[in-house]
Amino acid sequence: MVTAVTSFGRSGTSDWLVQRVSGVILLAYFLFIGWVVLTGVDYASWKALFAQTWVKVFSLMALLSLAAHAWIGLWAVVTDYLTERLMGTTGNVLRISAQLVIALVLFVYVVWGVQILWGY
Amino acid sequence: MLQVSIYRYNPETDQQPWMQDFQFDTEGKDLMVLDVLEQIKAQDSSVTYRRSCREGVCGSDGLNINGKNGLACITPLSETVKNNKLVIRPLPGLPVIRDLVVDMSLFYAQYEKIQPYLQNNTPAPAIERLQTPEDRAKLDGLYECILCACCSTSCPSFWWNPDRFIGPAGLLQAYRFLADSRDTATDDRLSRLDDPFSVFRCHGIQNCVNVCPKGLNPTRAIGHIRTMLLTRAT
Repeated sequence: MVTAVTSFGRSGTSDWLVQRVSGVILLAYFLFIGWVVLTGVDYASWKALFAQTWVKVFSLMALLSLAAHAWIGLWAVVTDYLTERLMGTTGNVLRISAQLVIALVLFVYVVWGVQILWGY
Repeated sequence: MLQVSIYRYNPETDQQPWMQDFQFDTEGKDLMVLDVLEQIKAQDSSVTYRRSCREGVCGSDGLNINGKNGLACITPLSETVKNNKLVIRPLPGLPVIRDLVVDMSLFYAQYEKIQPYLQNNTPAPAIERLQTPEDRAKLDGLYECILCACCSTSCPSFWWNPDRFIGPAGLLQAYRFLADSRDTATDDRLSRLDDPFSVFRCHGIQNCVNVCPKGLNPTRAIGHIRTMLLTRAT
């Protein structure tokens, strides 16, 4: 058992499941958006589309999935390459800094996204 | 003449590792890589490597041969040599003690973590714990592992986290005991594997499957462990 307090769900099984489910949601969302864009879209139809509650809900679901998916994926990357094992104490400083920046960016994206979805 | 290039490093005299070249006459025979090493060692006795059974059973001579991990004793030249070149390096990712000999402590520490022995808290029967042929068959493809470390040292996740990721060899053995009908510690074993490193650093790239000299499939075993963890926890 390895302790890891910064992982998404503190459990490898939970992180693995969230990563897969959020991946499927993101795939569905981007296929949906891709389909909308490819079938032709102008300002009026785009605004009408996003006026519907289910599109807002779907978009928020995709946004939260993106945040969780990005956190789990990038957490795995930084705990592979920015470690005490590879670069001594510098690794710890770099890893924790990177995690803070990633968390901040994802938090801002989520709040900003909610504002965009419900603010116009 | 076969061009043989061997990784040399003696920490007592060398500042850094270097490659030593040898010209080797195979006399037209398809030798095993270990035969080549043995004959080179007869010329230069300072060339150091591990070996024992010379028939792929003991797992001592795991080496990086022309870029791919394998057992020198059961890798024929015809299988590995291209453009008449044979490059032999130690297994990647582990500290080199000397020449082709690596320190396997990290590898064994991970093996120890999975408690590789049968655990059963029921009273021992008079003769032995019996198993149906079907239950016994579940251990095929698992028990054959000889712990040569070819798989774990070909795994990038093990290179970056050899202290936290159990690695394909350890996980194959973990599943060997999880799948054993005579073992009653399944739940405890799974609890110890649930963290984000021990099992889940495996991203399924299958380098382990590609190099296993015994033709085993650690990735499949890891998949089974993941399924057991998920079934238990959802």
